[in-house]
Amino acid sequence: MFVELNNLLNTTPDRAEQGKLTLLCDAKTDGSFLVHHFLSFYLKANCKVCFVALIQSFSHYSIVGQKLGVSLTMARERGQLVFLEGLKSAVDVVFQAQKEPHPLQFLREANAGNLKPLFEFVREALKPVDSGEARWTYPVLLVDDLSVLLSLGMGAVAVLDFIHYCRATVCWELKASILYLMQGNMVVLVHDSGDAEDEENDILLNGLSHQSHLILRAEGLATGFCRDVHGQLRILWRRPSQPAVHRDQSFTYQYKIQDKSVSFFAKGMSPAVL
Amino acid sequence: MAAVATCGSVAASTGSAVATASKSNVTSFQRRGPRASVTNDSGPRLVSIAGTRPSVRNGQLLVSTGLPALDQLLGGGLAVGTVLLIEEDKYNIYSPLLFKYFLAEGIVNGHTLLVASAKEDPANILQIGPVSSSRFGHYYDASKRMPQELIEASNWHGFFLPEKISSTLKVEPCSLTPGYTKLLQFIQNIIYEEGFDGSNPQKKQRNILRIGIQNLGSPLWGDDICCAENGGNSHSLTKFLYVLRGLLRTSLSACIITMPTHLIQNKAIIARVTTLSDVVVGLESFIGSERETNPLYKDYHGLIHIRQIPRLNNLICDESDVKDLAFKLKRKLFTIERLHLPPDLSDTVSRSSKMDLAESAKRLGPGCGMMAGGKKHLDF
Repeated sequence: MFVELNNLLNTTPDRAEQGKLTLLCDAKTDGSFLVHHFLSFYLKANCKVCFVALIQSFSHYSIVGQKLGVSLTMARERGQLVFLEGLKSAVDVVFQAQKEPHPLQFLREANAGNLKPLFEFVREALKPVDSGEARWTYPVLLVDDLSVLLSLGMGAVAVLDFIHYCRATVCWELKASILYLMQGNMVVLVHDSGDAEDEENDILLNGLSHQSHLILRAEGLATGFCRDVHGQLRILWRRPSQPAVHRDQSFTYQYKIQDKSVSFFAKGMSPAVL
Repeated sequence: MAAVATCGSVAASTGSAVATASKSNVTSFQRRGPRASVTNDSGPRLVSIAGTRPSVRNGQLLVSTGLPALDQLLGGGLAVGTVLLIEEDKYNIYSPLLFKYFLAEGIVNGHTLLVASAKEDPANILQIGPVSSSRFGHYYDASKRMPQELIEASNWHGFFLPEKISSTLKVEPCSLTPGYTKLLQFIQNIIYEEGFDGSNPQKKQRNILRIGIQNLGSPLWGDDICCAENGGNSHSLTKFLYVLRGLLRTSLSACIITMPTHLIQNKAIIARVTTLSDVVVGLESFIGSERETNPLYKDYHGLIHIRQIPRLNNLICDESDVKDLAFKLKRKLFTIERLHLPPDLSDTVSRSSKMDLAESAKRLGPGCGMMAGGKKHLDF
């Protein structure tokens, strides 16, 4: 996790808010550093994390995670991390007939209507284990990234349904015998296609923007490429459940990504310029 | 660090020598000891494969694209397990050259090749001759022919769609167009049978598989994204790319794809295809456009845009500062250079000619692409 980003968001792994949906969005730049941040943040916060990684392989996240101070292999071994590697699973699903429903079953079907198998996988992964003491603080679902599901043939409505079901399960759930409120968090990444006129993507992005509590938007600079400032991050806090009584808070920072961290500064205050 | 310890145990168990010591160009920055590469379960240490070298930045295994200038722009070469997507130029004159350079580099280094095309027989594609020799990255001449013994010595597989479409290759039901399904199955068979993914215990492959797919997305492959804006198969190509990338990530292979993106009607598909590929390079030739007679471009044959470079195993990537690049085919050698205004050496400089050059320079376009784009009218 990036300490500077924690300061900007006013959180630490010990006292993070629960029951929140965070939307990560990138427009004309690569916002994957935010995914790495949240992955390491929640692993350090001792949460049970289900990571649906559709765009890169496990070793990629693992190597970057090591730079940020978490070991994904160890987290996976001790059961803290459930990792769905989309690329590898897609190869399994397409080339071998599966006996049980596979989370990426929709790749085999021509007109798969919904993402139900994927949701079942997530629910199974984040189910509280009946072991007496609570090992992990709260469950977290992390998806990187949702726009890939659109490319793989799912409609925007199906993806929104999937997110809705996941929110209902992860953010509030009742365990059978005891009324146990399991307030988990969700973090999803969606690309903003900008002027590429991707209607499905716009529907997905707008739908999620209205549901989320925190939106982090990584954008390229309006003036183009710059060696010292890699982009701009807009942070927007929202309260979707209440009508807009107060104005939503919004901050804008510029950032530069380095080998193991990201440094943030106010607009125009890059150390290279001053 | 835990990484070195686990990798060290992998190397010890397979008993392969760490070949960094034997290479003459070990610098003090190159860490001795194995590093994880892109593939997840890479068993034997990969440094000793011919035609590959570890990246300076993070030890990733790189192969040459066949064009040393392009290698430099991509940060040393193409990483094993990734896809290089070439957006074809309008009349498809220069992109086949890049395609052939990639394959010729494979022949010269002894890599296994897999050539797929719907337009011409793969055997005809492999005719390109090497000019110089070095350990990594050669120069090729399109007018010369590859020595016949090199081609015969190399192990290559061809996939010519008109032949294979009617074959009885066993395929799993899939929602892609039949051409793509057959091609995916063919690639997967080769990877599995020749052991590039390490799953076949008999065949432990220590070689790279270079895959080349020509004109993917064109109507010859049975896809209609170039014909209709919202065709029935609009997800076929993106699904194909996704599964292909899954195959590449779990095997020792690298892939080059040329795609006629200028023909794709739906712009959203181009954006999705770019996200699903690793390296995206666009070619824009001046033939037939008004730029052909523009004095700014008189030395060059076209522009080359590096639209995307992947961030693999890293938060940052090696993008170059130079965004205005042009290429030319000079005496059969393909060179990529930085585009610059020619020096104004005339005695009486007329006002109008200077304005022309400035106008054309403004239309170079936002060279940043995926890296960090901005509003077009503000770029300068």
